[in-house]
Amino acid sequence: MGKSKTNIVKTTTWSAGPGCHGGCGVLAHIKDNKLIKIEGDPDHPWNQGRLCARALAMTQYIDHHDRLKSPLKRVGKRGEDQFEEISWDEAFDIIEEKMKTIRDDFGPESMIFSMGTGRDIGPWICMLAYAYGSPNVMFALSGNACYSPRIAALDTVQGDYCVFDAAQWLPGRYDHPEYKVPECMIIWGYNIAATCPDNLFGHWIIDLMKKGTKIITIDPRLSFFASRSKHWLQIRPGTDAALALGFLHVIIKEELYDQNFLETFTDAPRLVRNDTGKLLRESDVVKEGSRENFVVFDNPKKAIIIWNTQKQEYSISDSNPAFTGTFEIQLLNGNTIACTTVWDKFKKNCAFYTPQKVEEITLVLAPDIEKAARFYAKAKPASIHWGVPIDMTPEITPLCHAIAALWALTGNLDVPGGNVFTRSAFNAVAYALPGAEGVIKLKDQAQDKTRIGKDEYGPFNKFIWRCQTDKVIEQIFSEKPYPVKGLWMQTCNPLSGIGLDPKLWQKALEKLDFIVGVDLFMTPSLRYADIILSAATFLEKDGVRSWWVPLQTINKALTVDGCRPDVEINFELSKRFDPDFKWETIHDLFDEILEPSGMNFEKLSKKGWALPPENHASRPYFRHEKGLLRSDGKPGFTTPSGKFELYATLREDWGLEAMPYFKEPPFTPISRPDLFKDYPLILGTGRRSPAFFHSEHRNIPWLRTLDPDPVVEIHPETARKNKISNGEWVIVENWMGKARFKAKVTKIVPPWMVMAAHGWWFPEEKDDPLFHTFESNINMLIPMNEQGKDGLGTPMKHLLCRIKKEVLGVKNNEI
Amino acid sequence: MKSNKNGLLIDYEYCTGCFACTVACCQEHGWEAPLSGIKVMEIVQDLPKDKAYLTFLPFPTELCVLCAKRTIKGLDPTCVKHCMANCLSYGNLKELAKELEKKPRMVLWSPR
Ligand code: SF4
Ligand code: SF4
Ligand code: SF4
Repeated sequence: MGKSKTNIVKTTTWSAGPGCHGGCGVLAHIKDNKLIKIEGDPDHPWNQGRLCARALAMTQYIDHHDRLKSPLKRVGKRGEDQFEEISWDEAFDIIEEKMKTIRDDFGPESMIFSMGTGRDIGPWICMLAYAYGSPNVMFALSGNACYSPRIAALDTVQGDYCVFDAAQWLPGRYDHPEYKVPECMIIWGYNIAATCPDNLFGHWIIDLMKKGTKIITIDPRLSFFASRSKHWLQIRPGTDAALALGFLHVIIKEELYDQNFLETFTDAPRLVRNDTGKLLRESDVVKEGSRENFVVFDNPKKAIIIWNTQKQEYSISDSNPAFTGTFEIQLLNGNTIACTTVWDKFKKNCAFYTPQKVEEITLVLAPDIEKAARFYAKAKPASIHWGVPIDMTPEITPLCHAIAALWALTGNLDVPGGNVFTRSAFNAVAYALPGAEGVIKLKDQAQDKTRIGKDEYGPFNKFIWRCQTDKVIEQIFSEKPYPVKGLWMQTCNPLSGIGLDPKLWQKALEKLDFIVGVDLFMTPSLRYADIILSAATFLEKDGVRSWWVPLQTINKALTVDGCRPDVEINFELSKRFDPDFKWETIHDLFDEILEPSGMNFEKLSKKGWALPPENHASRPYFRHEKGLLRSDGKPGFTTPSGKFELYATLREDWGLEAMPYFKEPPFTPISRPDLFKDYPLILGTGRRSPAFFHSEHRNIPWLRTLDPDPVVEIHPETARKNKISNGEWVIVENWMGKARFKAKVTKIVPPWMVMAAHGWWFPEEKDDPLFHTFESNINMLIPMNEQGKDGLGTPMKHLLCRIKKEVLGVKNNEI
Repeated sequence: MKSNKNGLLIDYEYCTGCFACTVACCQEHGWEAPLSGIKVMEIVQDLPKDKAYLTFLPFPTELCVLCAKRTIKGLDPTCVKHCMANCLSYGNLKELAKELEKKPRMVLWSPR
């Protein structure tokens, strides 16, 4: 036999493996169907040869002795360690039979299809759920509090989502002549070490800093960025909306906003009724006028004119709307009412949030707020990068609205180096994300009727095509309006990671009739499954990625015996559930997703990646000026009224406050002084570790050694008061529950707060079938069902707790 | 005479503590955890007025061989190649020493 050669496969990272939202180009060195080495692809525009610790540890991941390498069937009780290997055919047959029985007996909506973080599996889970007939696809975090709330909030006020511009759309990246390095960047609740959130490569920010970008950091912790900031605003967790409104206050008062953007692209001149506080509509003043059209006051003519939403123009061509003033307007019913402009109302709204007031709320000193606001507003261009803590507060939409007003009013929307609109590259949309319809969709609207939370919450009706997670858990117990019988749980581990109040999740899992788990390793949650399917890493599958740029394929580099890619698993079952299933092969499906790019899978995979061409709606810049965002080709945005909405019409329709505001979150020293007496520390959770992706990677030796124990960060002063030394085990507890952590005594956190790591379980502790998942699980202290009025957000970054030294010899769960 | 001694220049202003270097070294040289040719230290500096400053400092250990098998082929050491912040450089110590003058917050290591 000749010597076998090492073959280098170019592919794209996404999910299982590094666990992330992906995008890196990698070179996988394959010999005899084994991964010998993985390296960053130096030619790839995304990472330019770099690669993170988790992707570099892939050789330990792929061949790990604990990897699931066969489907399993539960033969003992739920939660026990009793499974036996079965064949793929048998597994598929059992699943088909059980799920069809549930469908026949209770209806397809009785099956919930659950995912963890923003994986490539999102589309394939939707594909399976929709082929089965269920609209209930669930992102298993309380308040759906990761990314989709931010996307939905921006869809509400500006029509499209946006992210900071690091030239990711441009060939040659930073050197492209169209690009401008931001003069200032606000890093809002985000830390670099974990690298890549929200389909961005985190270290692009380091590239920009080296090119001169100055940083403002908003973070209660002394992060990497905080230390290197021009302004570090050490905010009290949960008060971000007050800070954003404080910024707006300074910017408006000192007239640092972009007058041209305000006048051309916002709803600022629209009239608001003083009697109801709501927008004045054409239907209020003109017989048979439309409710969708709005009214402004024309200054020279001293008369009202109408903004025609359909035509995107005023009723007269030489309009000159007033942006400020109070006007007496006669209604259809003959009554005369006073109206003011949206801009006046917005200014008044912000006027409340003086720097002094905001200092009281946020603990950030007033002069620092002023200096930072001025610096951001005057810098050209400037951008904001926000992290997931923005989603993790119940009043998330008003907070996003305030932050969006910052980049809009400072003229930083869709400009080079600012916050630029994001759409799937080439508009190749795999499945319904907030604001986008994809190739994979429900067969008809009737199928959507039973989606849990859809009728209760506006954004779920309009933008978010998932079920509302807290409502699902509630419904599992109440069985109202219909019972939930089964759960499809794909790379999702609610007992250790994504599930708040994990004991509640445990009870929910116990109550269900049938659970399928799809994963790469045995997890605590999988112990509750009836059938377990052994999934593949990104190196073992084909796939496509258009989230956001570039357009890429994932190319199968090797196979692992007994494991199958998520997409192939779901494809096989979709065919079994849906006699009219549309695609023959997964490549037919990929080709249809890629169709808008003019390339099929094969062609794109050979090319490696593609960037959308100039003047494409999925490529910046100035698209609102060029008329590239709207389907009618008119300038403006895809909001209901075509403008950036300082007054959110959709929120008015949903019966919610239409302008940004701050409301104290539910469990803080201010809102709950009673609890604060017993639990005198603010509990932050979820600081990122570069070694792990949420609950994953505790079993990968190269990674675990970097971050071996669940850690709680405690300020030296607080540690001293509580008689705790560095490295000692402590109990963190509150009225919900408790968990044990190793104390890291450090000035990274302020004295009034502790920060506990999340996602901890102990895959090495095989004596317990649940791998001690409740022992150091910070979610034990966090309630569910605290979402905001629009069903979004959760207070998981600003709880209350106390800490004490662990009593030796007494296990946490026995205390 | 030109010295052949090579080393690693670290721009610790930009090191984020991401550990890509540590794991890259393990992969390249087959080190079992916790061994690695490079460790990353977290240093919380105390500053006046009760302020602090967070720094990460990569340190090549006794196991660092400066990726001799790679550099002989003209490749960068794998930690340098993969560093997420591009804050590591490899080269001739004398040449690298000149870089120290150009920018503060750097350190030059001459491993074993
Ligand atoms: S986490 Fe970032 S660096 Fe690592 S593989 Fe994912 S995209 Fe690449
Ligand atoms: S130069 Fe090579 S051997 Fe030395 S630390 Fe870096 S990767 Fe390891
Ligand atoms: S890879 Fe670079 S940025 Fe990351 S820890 Fe190592 S030296 Fe620091």
